[in-house]
Amino acid sequence: MSEGETIIIRGGRVVDPAQDLDMTADVVLADGLVKGIYGRRRARESGTVIDGAGLVVSPGFIDLHCHLREPGFEYKETVASGTLAAARGGFTTICAMPNTNPVMDSRAIVDFVLERARAEGFVRVLAIGAVTQGSFGKQLSEMGELARAGVVGFSDDGHPVSGDNMMRQALSYSASLGLPIINHCEALDLSNGGDMNEGWVSNRLGLKGIPNSAEEAMVARDILLAETTGGRLHIAHASTAGTVEMVRRAKERGLSVTCEATPHHLTLSHEAVLGGRGDGGQFSPLTLAAYETNAKVAPPLRSQGDVDALVRGLADGTVDFIATDHAPHATTEKVSTFSEAANGISVLETALGSLMALVHEGKLALPVLIERLTAAPANFLGVGLGSLKTGAPADVTIFDPDAEWVVDSTKFVSKGKNTPLDGAKLKGRVVATIVGGAVRYDARESGSAG
Amino acid sequence: MTQVGPVGEGCDFPQANSTTLSRRHHILDLDDFTRDEITEVLDNSAAMAGVLKRDIRKVPALRGKTIITLFHEASTRTRVSFEQAGKVLSADVINVTGSGTSVEKGESLYNTALTLQAMNADIIVVRHPDAGAPHFLARHLESSIINAGDGTHAHPTQALLDLYTLRNRLGRLEGLKIAIVGDILHSRVARSNLWGLTAVGAEIVLCGPPTLMPVDLVNGERTTEGHPFAAIRTETNVERAIEGADAVMVLRIQSERQRGGFLPSLREYSRMYGITAKRMELAKPEALVMHPGPMNEGTEIDSEVAHGARSVIEDQVANGVAVRMALMFGIITPAPVPARSRN
Repeated sequence: MSEGETIIIRGGRVVDPAQDLDMTADVVLADGLVKGIYGRRRARESGTVIDGAGLVVSPGFIDLHCHLREPGFEYKETVASGTLAAARGGFTTICAMPNTNPVMDSRAIVDFVLERARAEGFVRVLAIGAVTQGSFGKQLSEMGELARAGVVGFSDDGHPVSGDNMMRQALSYSASLGLPIINHCEALDLSNGGDMNEGWVSNRLGLKGIPNSAEEAMVARDILLAETTGGRLHIAHASTAGTVEMVRRAKERGLSVTCEATPHHLTLSHEAVLGGRGDGGQFSPLTLAAYETNAKVAPPLRSQGDVDALVRGLADGTVDFIATDHAPHATTEKVSTFSEAANGISVLETALGSLMALVHEGKLALPVLIERLTAAPANFLGVGLGSLKTGAPADVTIFDPDAEWVVDSTKFVSKGKNTPLDGAKLKGRVVATIVGGAVRYDARESGSAG
Repeated sequence: MTQVGPVGEGCDFPQANSTTLSRRHHILDLDDFTRDEITEVLDNSAAMAGVLKRDIRKVPALRGKTIITLFHEASTRTRVSFEQAGKVLSADVINVTGSGTSVEKGESLYNTALTLQAMNADIIVVRHPDAGAPHFLARHLESSIINAGDGTHAHPTQALLDLYTLRNRLGRLEGLKIAIVGDILHSRVARSNLWGLTAVGAEIVLCGPPTLMPVDLVNGERTTEGHPFAAIRTETNVERAIEGADAVMVLRIQSERQRGGFLPSLREYSRMYGITAKRMELAKPEALVMHPGPMNEGTEIDSEVAHGARSVIEDQVANGVAVRMALMFGIITPAPVPARSRN
């Protein structure tokens, strides 16, 4: 199916928060753009028809935070495999984090990744440049040059910008470019080599805990520095109730502070590290599934109270949008003791299914969830994506909100099979993903995919 | 009369009551041990202690069985104790340590373990600096795994030998008041003893500087309904902790704790928490002093206490062999009904 073709998505529930739209309608795509939404009368165009009955038709999802691992870690993921996973997950635009090898701290590496994406990518790829050269935290990267190469923000993700003055300069300098500093907030002195959230589970397992204050201390510092500099601060993967509260207050004071939360921090608590515990209470004996390395992630999965605070923050807009922090790893990096295991979860292919639990449980309205996956990140990026307005790029995600499926990581198209959701039953599944008018994923063609 | 006959032929060796332990495939922690199973282990350990008192300390119980001890952390007493336990039972015991092996060459624990399994080990006794290493091996291997200490998580055989020592000396376990004093946060011995002592109905007081106490035990998370440690008391005052105790378990204070900022100095620790003869006067007159070793005499325990009349520290070492014999024999001996892994 080429981009020039006309596609009619007939009779789906069209949810486009950017237009405050939620209605049964036909969506017509032509020449790579949205041609129109027809609610009252049936679209009369001829072309390929996709039956949308019982399905949700949404602007394509946008992910501000994922790790494509190329160049340098092609054994974990490549631009090709990562963007295919994105298409399977309903994401039409993803932003690649710069912790590749070499680090995306120069125009050449950014050009390389974007070129790879044009040649082999299944969805749109935007790049995030490093804050500091090599992400070592010692010297600013050439942000102006990176901005010309098209980066949408700066981050040393995987590492915090630890130096107070370095963070101040970064916020100040990037402000002139209009681009945000996306910080992985973790006061390393407080996390102190910890393996998981500090709490009863870490004590139960004898694992070294990371207190909430490790994140919150740096969030507090960064908010102060955003105020000092007038820079744009974006907090990556917020994980604690305290972070949500500080961001809420910063917004009330009119600061340019935003934050994101991941599907796993919104749906899983630190008890996931105990592994599958279908029977017995939370204090039942450990099973051999304990020390679940696939639930090891930075920041760590927190307590249920933190999870609930993140969900409330997402609902009221304190948490601006959802980002996956898709962090694929090779199996050998997770088949180990918990302390040895790499941090990170392969998220793209399970994101919608796990997030839909929030809708099914009545914690989040469907249009709000979609807004946090589409219009909100598009607004953050300042690009003309994330809506089905007439004339917008034809990036569309079609999903079945009620389809139940069982996660089977062996069927992931991502090279990263590292998910704590393997074997879990999710409700909500992507049916088709259209990027610029071209169908990049169609579950009905792929058979019973993952 | 000295028994030298083979196991299971009318000697004083345990078999008739090996009904729970023999259905167990691994010993990873005491969190899934019932009071009955602990009692069974202690009874069987007493029988094993009998074997150790014989002129010829050898029974053919595990002849033809292979036990590998895989120690990724320095240890003398625990490794030797397991080795002796296996040898008295006539098993072939092979010791593998972290240094001088492929481990030093960067081989992963997973690959090391597969190699050992290919040698048909019946039991792998593992000590590892990472919590959960025995669970990891148990998940991937067919061999029985015995946890000989994993990081700051668990040390079940130490806890069982502590229980054995207590019961031997005091005649009972239920209702005993046990004070555990020291670096609770980093203590696998304390963690396993919490499960064991709770299961047998002892009363537990944990005592140490606030920096060395698990936060969830202090900040009240354990008040959650169903928390197995809901009844445990925590104290930062050692006198109050010891008062009226039947036994004081003293934990080792490692000098890293001073460098790690947990303690101002070992000297201050010694002054505030060290177990002295004077402090022991607050305990019951017949109270025992225990220590899992190795001790820092003069830091967490005074020499006169460590080697005094109330000290059972050497008993603990001797009892360790009998307890480990009982455990090895128990998990390797087929159950009367088809064996099922409880883990």
